[in-house]
Amino acid sequence: MTNLLLVLFTTILVNNVVLSQFLGLCPFLGVSRYLKTANGMGIAVIFVITVSSALSSLIYTYVLETLGLTYLSTIVFILIIAALVQFIEMFLKKFSRPLYEALGVYLPLITTNCAVLGVALTNVQNGYGLLMSTLSGFGTACGFALAIIIMAAIRESLDLTKVPESFRGMPLTLLVSGLMAMAFFGFSGINL
Amino acid sequence: MNKVSERLYNGIIKENPTFVLLLGMCPTLAVTTSAINGLGMGLSAAAVLIMSNFIISLLRKVIPSGVRVPAYIVIVASLVTVLELLLQAYVRSIYSALGIYIPLIVVNCIILGRAEAYAGKNPVLLSVFDGIGMGLGFTMALTVIGCIRELLGNGSVFGINVMPSWYEPIAMIVLAPGAFFVLAMLVALRNRLVSRKKREKISADSCVGQCIGCNLCSKNLEKSEKKEDEKA
Repeated sequence: MTNLLLVLFTTILVNNVVLSQFLGLCPFLGVSRYLKTANGMGIAVIFVITVSSALSSLIYTYVLETLGLTYLSTIVFILIIAALVQFIEMFLKKFSRPLYEALGVYLPLITTNCAVLGVALTNVQNGYGLLMSTLSGFGTACGFALAIIIMAAIRESLDLTKVPESFRGMPLTLLVSGLMAMAFFGFSGINL
Repeated sequence: MNKVSERLYNGIIKENPTFVLLLGMCPTLAVTTSAINGLGMGLSAAAVLIMSNFIISLLRKVIPSGVRVPAYIVIVASLVTVLELLLQAYVRSIYSALGIYIPLIVVNCIILGRAEAYAGKNPVLLSVFDGIGMGLGFTMALTVIGCIRELLGNGSVFGINVMPSWYEPIAMIVLAPGAFFVLAMLVALRNRLVSRKKREKISADSCVGQCIGCNLCSKNLEKSEKKEDEKA
């Protein structure tokens, strides 16, 4: 039990996927303009990463390892993710219209979110089983959602401030990310 | 200016993937802790980009447009797997330094973005030079960021000590926050150098640091929106 909690804590705060591992930076910088879109992206990512890390862990253990094809994991994982995203989109469209309308725009973008592939590959490298993979996927995604929502909140108020011309937009966003990364650095000393 | 050198100029200066288009941010920030790592990552991505542009341009009349994105992804993923095995066999130091970021070249927006925006529509030779231009632009950007971070954070460039002995390295620059700060400063510097009028023009025709703006995603979005409209 402690072990599981530890994985969750580590993936959300200590090794935050965006701020210390630099995965999923594109949506983090691109979709963090407004709080509303950041929420949508965050939830969609939690959904997709949790399911995809469970699925890729299953396929890795039962298909790739048994057949001795582990060197194909990159290709297989990216195909799983692309298919899964498409499938989730179709599923939501058919069975949950409100959820589809809330997440629909973000789903196709998630295929190119490197955090999804990154988590699947890290799980395999760490030799996690099904439960651990799912949990670390969930934790990582929560870390992503946390970072993007904080970022959106900061950016919404930054829009109202006067900043030097050349820093407007991306440079300022990067500076804020740097400060957030420093803040998250504080967690790195914690050993449970 | 002929078309080949125009492609090179476009990739290295005019639409530099890192400083102008702000694509492929993940490897840009993650692996540039030293100049040599930046160079290794840049060259790896460039190799994949050139090969993928070549293959995709060769197959552009064969791949049906409905399934082109999955087809591109499979081509890129195969090339990346080949590259990973090659690096593992011959360049161990780069392989272990870049780690998980090698397989992640698959989802690098630059590669799929160029496939979608250029190689899928243009003849082979030009596509290869487009790949070389973009790849060199990316490599140069990564090496520059790597040099700056290594110089400030470690006092050396390519592993050779260059700073005077009284210089106290700023360790934070090599760590995660430093990556953001250095890139922020470089982009701000570029904004300062580019005249205001020109900047407006660039931000109008290319994305401003948003992967949503990269051709691949935005086209997909437009297409799905169109489909929705038709249905409605």
